[in-house]
Amino acid sequence: MRVVMSWLEEYIDLSGVGLPELCERWTLAGLEVERVEHVGDWWDRERLLVGAIVRVEPHPNADRLVLAYVDHGAGTPHRVVTGAPNLLSLRHEGDLPRPLKVAFAREGAELFDGHQEGWVKTRLKGRAVRGIPSDAMVCSEKELGLSDDHSGILVLDTDAAPGVPLADVLADAVVEMDLTANLARAMNMVGIARETAAILDRPYRAPAPVPPPATGPAGPGGDAAELVDVVIEAPDLCPRYTARVVRHVTVGPSPGRLARRLRLAGMRPINNVVDATNYAMLEWGEPLHAFDYGRLQERAGSARPRITVRRARAGERMVTLDLVDRALDEETLLICDDAGPLAIAGVMGGRDSEVTAATTDVLLEAAAFDFISIRRTSRVQKLPSESAARFGRGVHPALTEAGSARACGLLHDMAGGATVAGSVDAYPRPPAPVTVTLPPGEIERVLGVSLPPDRVRAVLERLEFTVEPRAAGGLEVTVPPHRMDVALAADLLEEIARVHGYDRLPSTLLAGGLPVQRDNERLRVEEAARDALVLAGLHEVISYRLVSAEREAGLDREHHVDPSQYVTLANPISPERASLRRSILTGLLEAVAGNLRFTDRAALFEVGPVFHARPDALPHEPRRVGMVLTGPHAERSWRVDATRHLDFYDAKGAVETLLERLGIRGAQWRPDRHASMHPARTARVQVGETAIGHVGELHPRVREHWDLGDRPVAVADLDLEALQSLATGGEAAFVPLSPYPPSRQDLALIVDDGVPAADVETVIREAAGPLLADLELFDVYRGPQAGPGRKSLAWSLTFQAPDRTLESEQTEAARERIVGALRARLGAEPRA
Amino acid sequence: MEPDESPVVNEARQLAEASLREAGDLAALERWHAAELGRSGRITLLLRRIGGLPADERPVFGASVNRAKTWLEAAHGARLEELREAALAAQLADQAIDVTLPGTRPPRGRLHPSTLILRRVYAVFADMGFQVYQSRDVETDAFNFELLNIPRHHPARDMQDTFYIDDDRLLRTHTSPGQIHAMRQYAPEPIRIILPGMCYRREQITARSEIQFHQVEGLAVDRGITMADLKGTIESFARRMFGAQRAVRFRASYFPFTEPSAEVDVECFLCDGRGCRVCKHTGWLEIMGCGMVHPVVLTNGGYDPAVFSGFAFGGGIERTAMQQRGITDIRHFWANDLRFLAQSQ
Repeated sequence: MRVVMSWLEEYIDLSGVGLPELCERWTLAGLEVERVEHVGDWWDRERLLVGAIVRVEPHPNADRLVLAYVDHGAGTPHRVVTGAPNLLSLRHEGDLPRPLKVAFAREGAELFDGHQEGWVKTRLKGRAVRGIPSDAMVCSEKELGLSDDHSGILVLDTDAAPGVPLADVLADAVVEMDLTANLARAMNMVGIARETAAILDRPYRAPAPVPPPATGPAGPGGDAAELVDVVIEAPDLCPRYTARVVRHVTVGPSPGRLARRLRLAGMRPINNVVDATNYAMLEWGEPLHAFDYGRLQERAGSARPRITVRRARAGERMVTLDLVDRALDEETLLICDDAGPLAIAGVMGGRDSEVTAATTDVLLEAAAFDFISIRRTSRVQKLPSESAARFGRGVHPALTEAGSARACGLLHDMAGGATVAGSVDAYPRPPAPVTVTLPPGEIERVLGVSLPPDRVRAVLERLEFTVEPRAAGGLEVTVPPHRMDVALAADLLEEIARVHGYDRLPSTLLAGGLPVQRDNERLRVEEAARDALVLAGLHEVISYRLVSAEREAGLDREHHVDPSQYVTLANPISPERASLRRSILTGLLEAVAGNLRFTDRAALFEVGPVFHARPDALPHEPRRVGMVLTGPHAERSWRVDATRHLDFYDAKGAVETLLERLGIRGAQWRPDRHASMHPARTARVQVGETAIGHVGELHPRVREHWDLGDRPVAVADLDLEALQSLATGGEAAFVPLSPYPPSRQDLALIVDDGVPAADVETVIREAAGPLLADLELFDVYRGPQAGPGRKSLAWSLTFQAPDRTLESEQTEAARERIVGALRARLGAEPRA
Repeated sequence: MEPDESPVVNEARQLAEASLREAGDLAALERWHAAELGRSGRITLLLRRIGGLPADERPVFGASVNRAKTWLEAAHGARLEELREAALAAQLADQAIDVTLPGTRPPRGRLHPSTLILRRVYAVFADMGFQVYQSRDVETDAFNFELLNIPRHHPARDMQDTFYIDDDRLLRTHTSPGQIHAMRQYAPEPIRIILPGMCYRREQITARSEIQFHQVEGLAVDRGITMADLKGTIESFARRMFGAQRAVRFRASYFPFTEPSAEVDVECFLCDGRGCRVCKHTGWLEIMGCGMVHPVVLTNGGYDPAVFSGFAFGGGIERTAMQQRGITDIRHFWANDLRFLAQSQ
């Protein structure tokens, strides 16, 4: 909504309130000011004045120039040479019987250059024009920056005396407001005046318009009812349709002042008839439409036209004012006559009954439509319009009267139109008046403040609610007909609070007892997982949860994709973001691919849901923990001598850090297969029977598909719900610290290559018994000294007793037991 | 020097002393020691002369040699210490390092900037007794809209372009469906929760709009909760989140699920309220919407609006991060560029 300040000030006295303050008060009260545009704020008050052209003479040396004598309040009229076409016709007039008020610029004034493309400011300098010196100007709209019109000088319709600064007459400001969906009532100047009056607690004046007295011949057309019939076939979508007829209009341009206002309000002036309907709409909020009545008569074969408001029929089409031939669906509400559609109700008129230069009689429509229907049609037809913007938020049927009367008045004043007596007013569904009870104490209960009854009443009455005290206490409040957004006490509380001022409400802290505080295991484990992985050196990423199923199929080395398993959007913005991810790895691999353009190393993780479609139900949304690691194991540094690549064991280490942080012990790592992973470098992780997920290196095909280079890419895909079920909230039990010295030994073994280290470890631990305090694998060797198909595993064993210093015989005995067990169970031999 | 020192001894001692000064390193010093005080050193050899002296001169000569020997031993010791000190100093000088070379750090990871802000929000509200309540991403039209007082085709739906799966299922456009879930779970107990989560809007992806974003919403329901409590709670949050000196204001707004409704603005972080491009020259940044829970929503949640009241508030996490850190392009958040992620502290 663009609020033209000079227009607003016709209804309300804003003295004492500066525009910045007003904008802030509007904003705080819910009329959010987006920006303020100033018109003429740069005009020089000394050099740009109201002038009166009192005499026009031909230029002695040029046919296309005239000499204008301009009274600017300083005695002798000032001579100006001008070529303005609208003065040229007056060149033989001499003294004008009615001086023309114009914008007069003295030497030194800054103006836009009317002859240059675009907006270039120049300073006015005196010069001789065809032998006649001229040091002043009469200005066009373009020169003043009002519009791009440079076809003639601006003629002012003002009472201001010559010499008054032009800024006092013509400068203006436009406040652009961003109005929320509930503020239909404020999408017009009178509505803004009403809101402003309430906010500033001062009166405003906008008398309800009445149509001008009927004129013209009686007989046929003596009353509107003789000129048109109105039938509403869809009263559910059109509660009211009011038609009036205005005859003998002379179609032409609107007066400058009105046209300027329309432009400032954001509408293009068309002609005085269309402009009259738009102006009345901007003023009262009732969108109106003018049909060429003569054309309606032609279409009716000279019979009385019959307006029918109905839904479109299958296959029906019409050409709208914007010359688009539109297909109409059966939910579209139309204004028709017996020959077919005339307008898309509330959205846009039709080409065939448009007001043209030849129009003499006008049928004026003022109606109310169902806001949902108008919104839908405006959207389906991709036709936003000022009319649809208002009808689409709800226009009360009562408003047709003021809107129609105001437009008739303007047609009379601007186009010489004679309003035919009466109107045809089809009003099948007048809404019942709405009354709302405001219970006693409700303001204090909900707003937390006690307001004097007079204050409450004053606020509501400024907004034109009717307020009656109830015998039982509280108020009975009747909602004014311009509002359709108030139905509950809470709605009244909002009006009271915002007009009283949110800034004047007290601030308190919640006084009630705390609700029962509950542990949130779900969140605790999720956040602990994040912390653990950051500790493990990984960066957290957050990816689009919307992916392309085809792209995600690249996670499968066979590119298998089953669309039915995906949650897929009906209205995606693009195919790349059409389905919810089924794997946490999709975004991670995209992130790695993206980063490898800038760096050679990435270690990333993400925690979040994946989505498994379920027919006719909401999808399953299990949370996963994903990781991906690739590149040098350490970031490049001046100290790192040798680098190796991140691989399976780095991912495993990160997972081990995670498990440790969550207090999960006893994880088992088993070789396994996974559709995305290397068949010989993949493990399933589980604790007991609970599967946690998979860790592995990407299958080379998958790696290639995602364009991740030729180094290993280690990934993990874990089930966070499983981790949560296994996580132990508490800390580990304390193990006493032995004061006795430990005894350390190394043991290198040669075993078959296929023997898992975990099996060796199990045998060592079982055979060693309780004296083995610690066991670490410190070397793995394959090569000539181990023999073909064999490997050497070197372990560091730490023996320690809690209650004594161990003798060498005891550790020797343990070592022998261990070696014996390894030989017997795994075919292992101690390395010489 | 004693005056009655034997001239021979004196001469020998002076010679020894002079050559001691020439011993420039530990090896030379050792050679000096052998040459002067060793078994066949100059001083030792002097003693052998005693035999050729008259008996009465012998004690005096012997004592003189011994004094010279002691004196030279001490001089040797001092010189030895001096040379060792010098050798160590040279060795240490050789070990000089460039202290301006980068330190060695273990590879570190970082949390996503959105996670950092979410945690800060959790912590501030936890102190006020608000607990975290999470709910699902995919919702029904009923929970996302209708139960929140947004009927089909309502103009308020224009505020939130929605991704639909079908007529009934959609991606939540806000975390508000969680309000209904929580109320239905806890009614008629009092509630104080915050609801974080990913939300989705059908927008073009540009520097200013994204198809997904984190929202955190708050909900308090009890007997006697007022709009003044809402103001106090939000102000308390804003003081801790944005700093005690930042002004906060409430202005009237519209949300279908609250009545009265307000937008909360905080003084612009970048220009301190003077007006800049980020705050569109208003001096204020919009941080969240809030209001008193609409009676229809309370009823849908299972609370009698004549007895219970409540407030709700909610805002976008990424937008807050952008405002606080001067990030001008929202697409950074999901682009996962390490150069962006590494900027978190």
